[in-house]
Amino acid sequence: MVIAKPGLDGHDRGAKVIARALRDAGMEVIYTGLRQTPEQIAAAALQEDADVIGLSILSGAHNHIAPRLMALLKERGMDDVLVLIGGIIPDVDVPGLKQMGVKGVFLPGTPMQEIIDFIHAHARQS
Amino acid sequence: MKTVAENQRFTTISGRPVDPLYTRDDIAGIDYARDIGDPGAFPYTRGIHSTGYRGKLWTMRQFAGFGTPEDTNRRYKALLAAGGTGLSVAFDLPTLMGRDPDHPLSLGEVGKCGVSVASLADMETLFDGIPLSQITTSMTINSPAAMIFAMYLAVAERQGADWRSLSGTIQNDILKEFIAQKEYIYPPRPSMRLITDVFAFCARETPSWNTISVSGYHIREAGATAAQELAFTLRDGIEYVQAGIEAGLEVDEFVPRMSFFFNAHSDFFEEIAKYRAARALWARTMRGRFGAKSERSWKMRFHAQTAGVSLTSQQPYNNVVRTALQALAAVLGGANSLHTNSLDEALALPTEAAATLALRTQQIIAHETGVADWVDPLGGAYFVEKLTRDLEDEAQASFDAIDRMGGMVEAIEIGFPQKEIAESAYRFQQAVERRERTIVGVNEFVQQDEPPVETLYIDERAGESQLVKLAKLRRERDGERVRRALDRLRAAAAGKENLMLPILEAVRGYATIGEMCDALRDVWGEYEETPVI
Repeated sequence: MVIAKPGLDGHDRGAKVIARALRDAGMEVIYTGLRQTPEQIAAAALQEDADVIGLSILSGAHNHIAPRLMALLKERGMDDVLVLIGGIIPDVDVPGLKQMGVKGVFLPGTPMQEIIDFIHAHARQS
Repeated sequence: MKTVAENQRFTTISGRPVDPLYTRDDIAGIDYARDIGDPGAFPYTRGIHSTGYRGKLWTMRQFAGFGTPEDTNRRYKALLAAGGTGLSVAFDLPTLMGRDPDHPLSLGEVGKCGVSVASLADMETLFDGIPLSQITTSMTINSPAAMIFAMYLAVAERQGADWRSLSGTIQNDILKEFIAQKEYIYPPRPSMRLITDVFAFCARETPSWNTISVSGYHIREAGATAAQELAFTLRDGIEYVQAGIEAGLEVDEFVPRMSFFFNAHSDFFEEIAKYRAARALWARTMRGRFGAKSERSWKMRFHAQTAGVSLTSQQPYNNVVRTALQALAAVLGGANSLHTNSLDEALALPTEAAATLALRTQQIIAHETGVADWVDPLGGAYFVEKLTRDLEDEAQASFDAIDRMGGMVEAIEIGFPQKEIAESAYRFQQAVERRERTIVGVNEFVQQDEPPVETLYIDERAGESQLVKLAKLRRERDGERVRRALDRLRAAAAGKENLMLPILEAVRGYATIGEMCDALRDVWGEYEETPVI
């Protein structure tokens, strides 16, 4: 799976902790590093043949980043990649994100195990 | 549940084992006059003022900024009317990263995490009706600190305020950006030059301005332990002093205007000991390592902010209690200025009601609890003195290790502090997952069907309004003057001249933050880190 940090924000504690927890849970994890555009994230997912993309967004830019990424994945026939967002996401924005195809939105304080279980239940098996 | 069993391991939130009882034996090696000293006396373990808060309470400085400069200007006037005693500006991510609102990377970020300030025009609006000679202002800005400070100086000029009367702080701490918060633009070495240029300029022009706020806050938020926060922050401070000396400044000419910024985390006594240790370490280092002769160079002044990372989105009202206790630790540790977080900040930027409650929390500590009437009331407590001493010793060992690497810039280049912090962050998360560490409302005492709290929602209007204003500014300003100023800035960056004067010239001509930062990007390039997990 690919863990990505889009937008201008540099607060990467969450992205790094989750990357390591998923790796310890036996998944193959690529962390893209900071300030990735949706185009770079889609390209990384394609190149790595990722089953899951996890976005860490704390800055409030999710309503711009998520639609762009979902459109790019669709264009490239990667609709079956499981997309998750973790971070600070206002409740009112969650239904909109789910509607555009983001399967899971995880807020601060979510146990790592819950995310791991969610990925096992929803990711395509490759 | 924890019980007082013989084999139970009790540790601080940083993982430091603690004994059940401390006695005279634990402080046997500590000499009061030499190692602790009275308040106001070297090494200032007990505080830099002999009268503590009796002479002057801490400054209640609430960090705020969102949306357009007009939105934030209204919030500032409300905070000042509610009894706040200083302003503290939160800028949005495009401003922090030196990008204009119309840059592609700014999409969706304008005005979201702070106020958008693209040019002097926005700064004029931000402080409209607020006399800069009568307030103190802290500005959380790092990579483009010189540009934002120049805008502040230009607003002061227009208000007719004497620069020498201006009082406040720019964060201007790039090392912790590389280490923790990651809002860097240029590589470390030219970034350090910008900082020493600000030191030199301020020593001449703005003697009451704090030129830097060496920050442990973000290092702690990124996952560091209390000991790591203390050690890395003070070692950053040492690096800046060294850089100032190498740039030709006298220690006592610029060190007195350096200030610090620490986290106020949840482990009560560990935090108090951390502040006490910080003051003593700084005083000894300035006198011993750098030969500083002025008491003002020895005395560490610091701001504290309660721990954002400790706030939970679950049961958000619990955050009021967490914040109050963290603030109390900062006060008992002798903070000179304090920000208290709002209850809703794990969800969004705070509402005005939540921000007011956070300020009231400080006012209750200051005026109702009586704790501000005593100076360092925990001084002499066996546990607090022992912990203070241990933290000092560990930080000193860490300074030595970083010295052996060649300094903090070199340590950052090999990813040393980054790796240490990532390790601590992961260890803490594991302890929470295993429920070895309790977080009320998250892994214990969980409640279903919580009623939602009202949150501030920043819509897209701020971004749109900033784009319209920026387009108008670009049309109406003297384009030729801007071009000349930016050329001069590029030339100065390639040479050795102090950059503040060409930056001020560009600011006065209404060059934008993105244009000024791009001019320096042209000369210095941009930094890219190798991520360390």
